[in-house]
Amino acid sequence: MLDTARIYRKNDMSPERHVEKLLSRIRQDPLNSFVTVDEDGALRQAVFSGKAIEWGDEDLMQGIPVAVKDNICTKGIRTTCSSDILKGFVPTYDAHVIERLKARGAVILGKTNMDEFAMGSTTNTSNIGPTRNPWDKTKTPGGSSGGSAAAVAAGLCEVALGSDTGGSVRQPASFCGITGLKPTYGTVSRYGLVAFASSLDQIGPMGRNARDVAILYDAIKGYDKRDSTCVPKKYAATSLDGIDMKGLRIGLPDIFFSEGLARDVERSVRFAVSVFRELGAVIVPVDLPRIRYGVAVYYIIAPAEASSNLARYDGVRYGTRHGDDKDLFEMYCETRAKGFNSEVKRRIMLGTYALSAGYYDAYYRKASQVRTLIVEDFRKAFESCDIIAGPTVPVTAFGLDEMLDDPLSIYLLDIYTIPANLTGIPALSIPCGFGDNGMPIGIQLMAPAFMDQLILGAGITFQDHTKFHEVKP
Amino acid sequence: MSVMGLEVHAQLLTNSKIFCSCSAASGLDANTNTCPVCMGMPGVLPVLNRKVVDLGIKLGLALNCTIENRNVFARKNYFYPDLPKGYQITQYENPLCSNGHLDIEVNGSKKRIGIRRIHMEEDAGKSIHDEKEPLSYIDFNRACVPLLEIVTEPDISTTQEAVAYLKELRQILMYLGICDGSMEEGSLRCDANISVMKKDAGLLGTRTELKNLNSFKNVQRALDYETERQIRLIESGREVEQETLLWNTSLGKTFSMRSKEESHDYRYFPEPDLIPVIVNDEWVGRMKDTIPELPAARRQRFMELYGLPAYDADQLTQTQALADYFERCVDLLNSPKEISNWIMTEVMRVLNEKGIDIKDLLVTPAMLTGLVDLLKKGTVSGLMAKEIFTKMADTGKRAPDIIKELGLEQVSDEDALKGLIKEIIEANPKESSQYRAGKTQLLGFFVGEVMKASKGKANPKVAGNIVKEFLKP
Amino acid sequence: MKITESEVLHVARLARLKLEPELLLRFQRELSSILDYMDLLKEVDTTGVEPTFHAHALTNALREDSVLPSQSRHDALSNAPRLHDDTFVVPKVIE
Repeated sequence: MLDTARIYRKNDMSPERHVEKLLSRIRQDPLNSFVTVDEDGALRQAVFSGKAIEWGDEDLMQGIPVAVKDNICTKGIRTTCSSDILKGFVPTYDAHVIERLKARGAVILGKTNMDEFAMGSTTNTSNIGPTRNPWDKTKTPGGSSGGSAAAVAAGLCEVALGSDTGGSVRQPASFCGITGLKPTYGTVSRYGLVAFASSLDQIGPMGRNARDVAILYDAIKGYDKRDSTCVPKKYAATSLDGIDMKGLRIGLPDIFFSEGLARDVERSVRFAVSVFRELGAVIVPVDLPRIRYGVAVYYIIAPAEASSNLARYDGVRYGTRHGDDKDLFEMYCETRAKGFNSEVKRRIMLGTYALSAGYYDAYYRKASQVRTLIVEDFRKAFESCDIIAGPTVPVTAFGLDEMLDDPLSIYLLDIYTIPANLTGIPALSIPCGFGDNGMPIGIQLMAPAFMDQLILGAGITFQDHTKFHEVKP
Repeated sequence: MSVMGLEVHAQLLTNSKIFCSCSAASGLDANTNTCPVCMGMPGVLPVLNRKVVDLGIKLGLALNCTIENRNVFARKNYFYPDLPKGYQITQYENPLCSNGHLDIEVNGSKKRIGIRRIHMEEDAGKSIHDEKEPLSYIDFNRACVPLLEIVTEPDISTTQEAVAYLKELRQILMYLGICDGSMEEGSLRCDANISVMKKDAGLLGTRTELKNLNSFKNVQRALDYETERQIRLIESGREVEQETLLWNTSLGKTFSMRSKEESHDYRYFPEPDLIPVIVNDEWVGRMKDTIPELPAARRQRFMELYGLPAYDADQLTQTQALADYFERCVDLLNSPKEISNWIMTEVMRVLNEKGIDIKDLLVTPAMLTGLVDLLKKGTVSGLMAKEIFTKMADTGKRAPDIIKELGLEQVSDEDALKGLIKEIIEANPKESSQYRAGKTQLLGFFVGEVMKASKGKANPKVAGNIVKEFLKP
Repeated sequence: MKITESEVLHVARLARLKLEPELLLRFQRELSSILDYMDLLKEVDTTGVEPTFHAHALTNALREDSVLPSQSRHDALSNAPRLHDDTFVVPKVIE
């Protein structure tokens, strides 16, 4: 992004030309990364940004083309969450993060493809079909922010916004060889983010490098009184200088490197760790005893909250409606049966069950208690280290048609990313190598709550000393 | 005997709704008072209105409750077209207030009704069902309007007690400025739980829930009817079914609300979009300071301080404004009983005729006491005073001005009257001799004649004395 | 299986989802296996552990009782699947 900003100001290319180029690339996009492209709006803003820059505007975000995941509300632009039930829905309001971006002069290119309602890890469950991984079009870009990740990796935009509830920014970032941050819960307003699991959701910046992600993060973070879970804190701008690694304690949990982790992924991640060590970091072992329950905890809490959050999709005030000629009960049941895909239905069923009479204590409450213990584990671990590192995903991107039959095995892929959502701590995925099949691998860095700067800084420094993030598909 | 509990929902007199900044006013054109939040659009979030907590604390203190320190909200999940999110945000565990009581008086005996809980929640929109077509029309203006739900213990044993409780509660709500108390307009809604049991039976009978009790009269009729119905059922050997019944005003019966919605599993869980509200001692203290003298205490004081009978005290304290008016009058003219009479008769008459509140009455306390003073001094007669009052209420002019305008000065001058009376005595020889012979009740006749002849301006007392003197045997 | 057919039907009803028989069976299978996995949590001793419902221990996010302009009726109705005059139309509940 810094390069682009520089290019704009040196008059080597105007935002308008840049955006035009991207729009034409998007028009020919074989990856199916976009649901909706707002050509008119984008060009209009690009022209305006060009003028602003002429008149001396120094804002780094001015005229920068951004792609936005289709579960973030954009006023006047169709927002579908890649679901039939919201096929024609046009919000009359912008999400908070969109208001921020507009105020900074960013160019919003359009809305990117995702797993329906953010429920998935492949972007396969989208109602407009899957997005393809730019590194290998037969493979998945990951999910649920697959469209955003592919768009960034394929150079269809400068940066993108995704959302992360159990890993949906970091996992696709890892699969597509880009950088993605799940910020500390409450540092980015959720107002306008279509809710999946309210206590876990966060909007996350994605880009080709950690500096871009930091700049985008700064643009969207901050207190919004419309979100009661947003933290009323003032944040300093993220330094783009990187950090001095000397003495930085990096914790490596043994449990992250047990069976289930692909050999090639382990290799790359351990290599990355050695880079950190060379830069002066100290590697310490840490214990996270209850993390093995993370997936179970997540797959009770997230569907439970989701089952409630998705009750509003009833065909009454917006969205597509079916069964209108029957009675109310039928209308509800048909509207939702036809409008939601089977993954969404499955999670709604699971969540409804976990909250239902007689099961609330055994499932939702129990899971919430174990969540406390996981928070405890991390708090304890951070007493002896500054950053916890490990692989982002146990595997590299797999085939679009693989793993279609077994939901549970797909859920288990979230094992490394889920803890950061359960605990609210920040987590960053940066590229650190390539698998045996040539597909990208990511290393995940986690820090205590509100230490987003630390992992961004570590990411920046890592990238100043390596070139993985510069390889293009 | 009956065992009854009442659940009252009071719509609060706040400026804005509970979770969004739309106006809390009612009576607006359909769907003109909404925003994305109260309409449950995708991506929106609730933010709690501080005033709702204020009013809840106030009510809790007035009803002798314990105020909860750590308040949480919960989601009550169910589907209905007027419930935008598919869940209602309410309080389930740890309600704002609990363990209170309200003392009522029925037929001279006092009774204490336990208040189980008071909690905050949001209202839903309004559905209007089409008479002919199988359609319903939904208006969301009322969605998200703040409510306080007040639940009693099943301490109520008779219909009279139920009505007394409702009346007292309503009065307190109005005194505290929490609710306007209108059952017809739906700002005060009442549901009842009722069961019957044999006097010496150990077990409670099966409870039914009664809804749609929209006036004191209907509360009475419905509870009487339902008590009867349950008794008849039991006496004929059948069982009372646990069900929800709707009171039908025109038919005077209860009807079962048997519908597919029978199995209500609300799947309560803590609201993830709202964080806990800590109500500390300081907050409670601040609210305590704003509580005015409550109706029961004010009635008592009126009886003790002003020596008024219970009936008067009751009437005068119907509303705070009326009671204030009375006391202001007494401050200006220390004749409480006379002023009370005036207020209960003339003032109330004018308020009813004009359909206005005491605050809109053109006759100020100063004006009223001025008039009463003139009456006491004998400057005007009782009849005159009533006429003058009516004119004051119509025009806002002060008594002296009206008196001058209409030439209504009471004639008390003895000399002026002597002449007139002499004429009347001479004109009625038969009555005069009858009076002299001992028929002293004819005094009224003579005074009447004097009043007629003087067009009501004569001071009847003075005239009477003169007649007595002239007709001394 | 952990979850019975009638339970699946009951949950589908609560969630207002109409499920074809094949989907019903599939869900019964899948949900049962997922719930079997959740049995893992029984291993954890959670006596005396407070549940976590929010990421941070924040309290008192309150707003002042002031009114802001509401959205236009046009906006409110703009995505309505079916309208009558200025209200949303839905089929009636059949008693």
